[in-house]
Amino acid sequence: MIAGFTEEQIRRYARHIILPEVGGEGQKKLLKSKVLCVGAGGLGSPIIQYLAAAGVGTLGIIDDDVVDLSNLQRQTIHAGNLGRNKAVSAKEFVERLNPDVEVITYTEKLSPDNVRDLIKGYDMIADGTDNFPTRYLINDACVLENKPFSHGSIFRFEGQIMTIVPNEGPCYRCVFEHAPPEGMVPSCQEAGVFGVLPGLVGSIQATEIIKYLLGIGDILKGRMLYIDTLNMDFFEIKVKKNPDCPMCGKRVIDDIHPENYQESCRLW
Amino acid sequence: MREKLDLRGEVCPFTFVKTKLKLETLNSGDILEVYLDYEPATRNVPRSLKAEGHEVLELKQIGDGEWLLKVRKA
Repeated sequence: MIAGFTEEQIRRYARHIILPEVGGEGQKKLLKSKVLCVGAGGLGSPIIQYLAAAGVGTLGIIDDDVVDLSNLQRQTIHAGNLGRNKAVSAKEFVERLNPDVEVITYTEKLSPDNVRDLIKGYDMIADGTDNFPTRYLINDACVLENKPFSHGSIFRFEGQIMTIVPNEGPCYRCVFEHAPPEGMVPSCQEAGVFGVLPGLVGSIQATEIIKYLLGIGDILKGRMLYIDTLNMDFFEIKVKKNPDCPMCGKRVIDDIHPENYQESCRLW
Repeated sequence: MREKLDLRGEVCPFTFVKTKLKLETLNSGDILEVYLDYEPATRNVPRSLKAEGHEVLELKQIGDGEWLLKVRKA
């Protein structure tokens, strides 16, 4: 035992501890951190995988879906678990990878009723959702509870990533005030998704979360990173806090009202 | 303060990892004496310690295949 690390932990985290930016102190921060992963699907797979490998001490995983054969084209942590709940399946994966990580599973849907209570107990939230209502629900609840979160979304060959730190940088509604009209954007199910894309986007989200928890480097705060994997083009758009943002600007919303999380996610 | 760390039987990179972890528990200016018996570590550990800003005071052979490394924490 040296500096509070067991022999096994010293070996497991050696490559982190060697890094001047991490060290034993940083590794301890990770072991004490709590992250809630919303969704254990395409984005959730790499997020959960790398946060667990990095030794983030507590991982909450919420997903009400079950593993389907069509998921395995991109959802790499669910091997052999067809028909099982994804949060439970993800927990099994994490336990095999790193016993230091405590996994708390939630097999219900993230909803207006449970979101604020759920996120309260975590240091950071990973948005690995595949739909607008839940995406806006996470944004709004995180602004209200002052919790940082990593946004990631994918479409066909393209993805976008941004790290939201309420009060410090713009929120998701500063960029996209509300969801596009129903039917305008096809879902992944209808549009298809390039299997490796969520692996890339989710890995960037995990990178951002680990950096935020360590307090190192520059994160995607006020920067939306776009990825086009078909042409292998990465570019970013600088985004500012919108003073008229209904969520973090004007603060017209003081709580999560279920009627705001229908298809359009408008706040009025 | 002066501390000792016996790393005989340990190989790289864990020699440096353990030295670094031990140093994190000490105060700036403290001296750590590290015992090594893995020859490549006599080159690797001092190089990594210097890169992190620590002062390598001494490296001497103390026996057949055994070395003592003295480092002052930055």
